[in-house]
Amino acid sequence: MSDPAHSPHLQHHFETPQQQFDAGKLGMWLFLATEILLFGGLFCAYAIYRANHPEIFVYAHQFLNKYWGGTNTVILLCSSLTMAWAVRAAQLGQRRLLIVLLSLTLLGAMGFLAIKYVEYKEKWEHGLLWGARFAPQVEGHGEAPAGAPPAALPPPAAAPAPPAAFVVERSAIKPAPPGPGGTLVAEEEQQEQLDHAGMGRRPDNVQTFFSIYFLMTGLHGIHVLIGMGAILWILVRAIRGDFGPEYFTPVDFVGLYWHLVDLIWIFLFPLLYLIH
Amino acid sequence: MDAHASSHAQVGHVMRRRVLFRVLAALLVLTYVTVAVTSFDFGRWNLWVAMGIAVVKASLVLMFFMHLKYDKPFNGMILVVSLALVALFIVIALDDTLHYKKNVIPGYAPEIKTNPK
Repeated sequence: MSDPAHSPHLQHHFETPQQQFDAGKLGMWLFLATEILLFGGLFCAYAIYRANHPEIFVYAHQFLNKYWGGTNTVILLCSSLTMAWAVRAAQLGQRRLLIVLLSLTLLGAMGFLAIKYVEYKEKWEHGLLWGARFAPQVEGHGEAPAGAPPAALPPPAAAPAPPAAFVVERSAIKPAPPGPGGTLVAEEEQQEQLDHAGMGRRPDNVQTFFSIYFLMTGLHGIHVLIGMGAILWILVRAIRGDFGPEYFTPVDFVGLYWHLVDLIWIFLFPLLYLIH
Repeated sequence: MDAHASSHAQVGHVMRRRVLFRVLAALLVLTYVTVAVTSFDFGRWNLWVAMGIAVVKASLVLMFFMHLKYDKPFNGMILVVSLALVALFIVIALDDTLHYKKNVIPGYAPEIKTNPK
């Protein structure tokens, strides 16, 4: 047992368990670097739109509930602790503790996604969606403005399509005429309602914020899902008794991935929920 | 620390439980601070205050939860390089977009309705 070369977990192309562990960890960090670059693209999109249109972000963040966001931050931080502690338990061969801590981490991930579901559902019901799907109906956010029937807004699909010439390359044509009257009236009616709801005047192109919001939190949510799958996998292996002081690499690497998910959220929370 | 650690060389660094809990406490306090600080207005510094707190929180997670403080420095270098590349990407893209005129070919861009305040 004392000779590391006889460890059943040591692959033949490594000299020592330490060398094997370091090589694996290097690979894991390279993967995490690609994850940072992946999210970097979205952070760049965020920076460009916020720099050009700060008014959209100041207005639209009012639709995000910072208490839900804060609760999710706390949940994710606590699950990061249980994950880091689980790595310690695996290193020390504390199998029962490892199983408990991994289960708690999984529970935290479920709690995070449950709150995310509540938030997404609210956005969906109020039409606070991305791009062309953006059709705000705000009366449910606070109390309905007096005398405004909730079904008064025409669905955005009913608006007549813009003239075909509007769609082709803009630099080659004359400036577009103002849009059809019907859409403008509907816009103004919506504007009225929004003013009543105490949100202030709605700037143009608020859907930009929600496109970015859903892309960033959505990609992060997918990472949470993948993380849950990975945690479940090492939980099953931990119950089987695979891990101990000599072999805990999968726990450590899944932990690193989980902390990265936490790291991304640490930045998403103030950037999306706490604009002022 | 215990029998395992002394019987043979432990692969990797074992975090002390006390350190883990202190890091969590610091992270929770900083989360509270970043929410509480929104009731003060620092004007154009609002974003930088929020990002500063986020960077401190991220460093705590990286150093202790992700073991970087005790790791081979090369892993940290990979992280720093990836962050530097993201920063380069954002800074150059921002520099570019903020230098464009609103209307490059006069009369040929659709009028952007601005927020009347």
